Order: sequence, then structure tokens, then C-alpha cells
Amino acid sequence: MKDDSTILITLAIHFGILSLLAIGGGNSAVPEMHRQAVDVAHWMTDREFADLFAIAQAAPGPNFLLVTLIGYSVAGLAGALVATLAMCGPTCVIAYYVGRTWDRFRDARWRIAIQAGLVPISVGLIASSGLILSRAADHNWIAFAITAATAAMAYATRLNPLLMFAAAGALGFIGLV
Amino acid sequence: MVEDVADKNPQTPTLSDLFFSFLKVSLSGFGGTLPWARRMVVEQKRWMTAAEFNEAFSLCQFLPGPNVINFAMIFGSRVRGITGGIVAVVGLVGPPIVTMLILGALYQRYGELEELQRILGGVSASAAGLIVAIAVQMAQPVFGTASWRGPLVVAVVFLAVGVFRVPLLWALVVLAPISIALAWRWPR
Repeated sequence: MKDDSTILITLAIHFGILSLLAIGGGNSAVPEMHRQAVDVAHWMTDREFADLFAIAQAAPGPNFLLVTLIGYSVAGLAGALVATLAMCGPTCVIAYYVGRTWDRFRDARWRIAIQAGLVPISVGLIASSGLILSRAADHNWIAFAITAATAAMAYATRLNPLLMFAAAGALGFIGLV
Repeated sequence: MVEDVADKNPQTPTLSDLFFSFLKVSLSGFGGTLPWARRMVVEQKRWMTAAEFNEAFSLCQFLPGPNVINFAMIFGSRVRGITGGIVAVVGLVGPPIVTMLILGALYQRYGELEELQRILGGVSASAAGLIVAIAVQMAQPVFGTASWRGPLVVAVVFLAVGVFRVPLLWALVVLAPISIALAWRWPR
């Protein structure tokens, strides 16, 4: 029981802080989620992390709900709820208060500098997510080719990503990955 | 602006309007929910003009955390106070959380099955590619300007967080102030 509450507190603190560090949205948080879940706390393997990320992407709803899956795999239903609430709560409180005062500073030079400074940081973080997820998922050249082909198609076409996932899942099922 | 206003729905959404509209957005949102939120709020319900949406969107990007959550909170609380914000967020994340709980339970029970492992092996490779594409799309405007500032910051963040796996908190404590100072000194 003591272990359970310790792990729930760890989840709450970790994802609560992460929700404030996720500059540019949920995908920016993937490197830190991976570091915590795989490298630091050893909650799961690289492979499981890649699996959960794929499930969160393929399911409807915001992609950041990867935290719900991580919480669930670590501490069941309570873990899922704690992790999700921690990821949404602090950011909602800030959105509420900043949303009310936004008009006062939206044209301020410091506000514009902050936003301009954070854009390349979020690009670097999402590129890091791409690298970390590719490393976790690509164990052979066919998997790597799937990653590259999906990236090219998602970049160049407006094809629904679910079709790409379905094709990739079929290739995996027949034993190619 | 004036013709925008004429186009706007004069009715303020009720709490149940908010709940069910964001619920619908959450269920249609494959691969990013925010475009669907825009379609609902601006095009279908006309609760916001396109200009108002863009304004709120830039605020959501300014704020930390998942953008679409920020949008639900800001829009909901603007029309119906704090209760409205919470109702919109719950509508948005409630059903997907239930979905995730079911999928998480299924994964825990059947995740070791050989066939499922093979399928997920393919899907996870593909899902990684989707993020790579998003990164490339977002990088384009940064690398498209003559300024060296953006590309330099992208490269340093990528090396620190992606390659050397520096904890995000430390990377941001050091790099965010530097990047903001550079943006202050060289706005263009």
C-alpha cells in the first residue's frame, strides 16, 4: 500500500511538472516521458513505450493521452487518472488566468520575444521525439523504411495517418517488421 | 472585422452546448484535435470569428501544455466562466480517457501475444514517422528565414534532449532564457 501511494505521488509530481515544460504541445513532452518511464524509473522497456505511443496515436483524442496509458501500465486505474489529471491540471489553471489577462500584454515586446524564442525550442523537442521514437521502434531496416515512408507520405500528402498505420500494421502482421 | 461580426452566431453556448461540442471534437480528432476544434467553433457553430480563433490559438501556443486543452479552457471560460472551461475540458478529454483505459487494459492482458506484437511493431514504426513529418513541417518556417538564431536553437535542443538525453527541466532552464534573449536582441 505504501509503495502504491509512493508511485502515485511520483506520477503526480512528474507529470505535473512536465505539463508546464511541454512547450509547443503534447509531442514536445515525449522525450521526457521516455526518459522517465524507460531510463530513470524503469517502468517499461523501450519497446513497450513505442507500443503505447502507437496506441495513443491510433486512438481518437488528443495525442498527449499517452500519459493515461503510461499511468495505467505503472499503477492501474488510479495511476492512469493521477497521471492524466497531473498533465491537464496545472496547464488548465495557467490557461484560465493568462486567458483573462492576455489582452493586456499580447502586443508587449517581451511577450513577442518569449514566443519567438520558444518556437525553435519546441521544434527541437519534437525533432527529439521523432529520433527517440524511431530508435525505440526501428529494430531492423524494414521498420526504418516504414518510418521513413510514413514521414514522407505524411509530409507530402494529406492521406489519413490511420491508413498508413493500417498498412504498417499489416506489414508487421505478415512478419516483415 | 465588421463583416466578421455580422457572421457570428449571436447565441452564447450553454454548458451542455460546450460539453457536447467538445465531446464531438474529441471523438473526431485523429492525428491532432485542434483543427477539429477550429472547424466546430468557427465554421459550424460560429461561436468565434476566424480572427478571434487565430488570436486564441496564438495564446494557446504561448502557454505550456497540450494546446487543445488550453483552447478548451480558454474558450469555455470566456463564454461561461470557470465552470464553462472545466466542462469543455471534460467533454474534450473524458471519452478519450475512457478509450485509453480500455486499450491500456487490453494491452496489459494481450500485449505479449505474438501476433499483436508484430502488428504493433509495424504501427509503432509508422507512428514514429508521423512525428518526424510533424517536426519537418514545423522546422520549415524556422529554417526558411535568413536568421541563424532559430536553426541554432533547434540544433542545440535536438543535441541536448534528443541525442544526449539531458533532463528536459535542465535543458529548458538553460536554453529557454538564451533563446528568448536572442529573440529579444534579434527580432528578425
